[in-house]
Amino acid sequence: MNTATRPAAPPAPFDVEKLRADFPILTQEVHGRKLVFLDSAASAQKPRAVIAAMTAAMERQYANVHRGLHWMSERTTEAYEGARDAVARLLGAPDRHEIVFTRNSTEAINLVAHSYGRGVLAPGQAVVISEMEHHSNIVPWQMLRDAHGIELRVTPITAAGELDLAALARLLADGKVGLVALTHMSNVLGTYTPAARLARLAHDHGAKLLLDGSQAIVHRAVDVREIDCDFYVFTGHKLYGPTGIGALWARRDLLERMPPFLGGGDMIASVSFARSQWAQVPHKFEAGTPPILEAIGLAAAIAYVEAIGYSAIAAHEAHLLDHALARLAAIPGLTIFGRAQDRGGVVSFTLEGAHPHDVATLLDRQGIAVRAGHHCAEPLMHRLGIESTTRASFGLYTTVAEIDALAEGLLRVSEFFA
Amino acid sequence: MFEDLRDLYQEVILDHGRKPRHGAKLAAYDATARGDNPLCGDRITLWLQYTPAGAIARAGFEAKGCAISIASADLMAEIVAGLDAGAARALADALQTLTKTGAPPTLDAPLAERLARLMPLAGVHEFPSRVKCATLPWHALRAALAGTENATSE
Ligand SMILES: Cc1ncc(COP(=O)(O)O)c(C=O)c1O
Repeated sequence: MNTATRPAAPPAPFDVEKLRADFPILTQEVHGRKLVFLDSAASAQKPRAVIAAMTAAMERQYANVHRGLHWMSERTTEAYEGARDAVARLLGAPDRHEIVFTRNSTEAINLVAHSYGRGVLAPGQAVVISEMEHHSNIVPWQMLRDAHGIELRVTPITAAGELDLAALARLLADGKVGLVALTHMSNVLGTYTPAARLARLAHDHGAKLLLDGSQAIVHRAVDVREIDCDFYVFTGHKLYGPTGIGALWARRDLLERMPPFLGGGDMIASVSFARSQWAQVPHKFEAGTPPILEAIGLAAAIAYVEAIGYSAIAAHEAHLLDHALARLAAIPGLTIFGRAQDRGGVVSFTLEGAHPHDVATLLDRQGIAVRAGHHCAEPLMHRLGIESTTRASFGLYTTVAEIDALAEGLLRVSEFFA
Repeated sequence: MFEDLRDLYQEVILDHGRKPRHGAKLAAYDATARGDNPLCGDRITLWLQYTPAGAIARAGFEAKGCAISIASADLMAEIVAGLDAGAARALADALQTLTKTGAPPTLDAPLAERLARLMPLAGVHEFPSRVKCATLPWHALRAALAGTENATSE
């Protein structure tokens, strides 16, 4: 484990019931039962602070950014650029100009695949991904492979669901790999990957490292300087923020070398029909009116998480995970996928005699929301020799009682299909 | 606790889902197709054997899927035997309507009898996210009849 992702030791006082009161949706009922929301890894619920920040902007202070010379536009630009500061602080980025806003993680990875992949990597070079990537960290690289003659290599995982670092080193050995793109935490197995070691390994072989932090940043503090990676992406809606906003962090010298992704307004310094000059980074990569309200919402989400503190969140979730693994392991016929040493708050499993869809439907009727399917990780499902799993995932608002409800719900599901 | 789920998981569904009668590849076949539900990774491979006159003699399948999709595939394999392609397609259309609305469309006598066998699938209409589970085998049937090898439930 590296220092960048270690949960800090002393668990701060954590009053989960008090925090739950910050999330209006958690008092909702489904099918006449209290909502037990265990699908936060797909998208997290939003605290009132986020809802209020976005509403306040729309009600009191809104205009387009970087364009108007009027008060409203100036204030809105400040709020939008303030969100960039919040993301830079969240990631430990040395320079706020290294933060590029995108729609989500998917767009951020596509940006890198396009601008770094086609603009900087040369045909004949290779990109390495792993067997446990989300489709969003597979498909853009396949598109790059097919369009630009880049080889795509896949590094295996072990039976425990961890990266096989020796195998990765072998894939890097010929020096042809220009970029290693890996998840920082698997959305299926929960595995945290050893980010700092991966960065060293990649750099030792002349490759850059991109980390997909979509899941990782929800549960633990991330510091891109300590990790020493080259690209880091995440998506706002899993971090208690709104949909439609994500971010890419990349080293400034890389961003400078990369051509733009999309063309249009806001990303240019000057335009004539003969040629256009690009704006400075990060604006070069933010074509068109950006997700202004969403950035404001994301800044509120980041402030919310920071006020609680990652060490407290990590300690709370570690406790939940231990409890969940123990309770689920005691259910006859239940198989848990992934037993990495270092893992975050998602548990994927199958239940003998009941297909994941049927499990999800029966849990739903008990008010328990889980996800069932391939979790946008079909190659990983193939690797595991299955088509789908049921997945329960936790957020800072998840309680031990909810995990107990899941375990009891699963016993009822087993009985139903027995 | 699961009273309201009895509409979806009727005994017939649970029974066919657990012990499909036609869940095997046909030793000899004239048409085959694969159906994929890209949403969840479920899939079915269907094999059809035709009579000399071109009607469906037998159907068999292998599937990875939930109780609903396996039961739907098994009931389908059971009731399409003896039907020509046109009638089988009409039944597929009827199944589509049944699972979307909960009500069976009016069909002529021989088909109506077969459709009656599918009534246990009507409950699916109350579970929008599960409709595709029930229709996937029928997409594969259409594809096999048309001579295309792949179908999706999208
Ligand atoms: C590990 C991982 N990567 C990428 C994504 C894609 O996120 P988004 O759909 O917001 O782009 C997700 C979630 O869906 C994920 O869990």
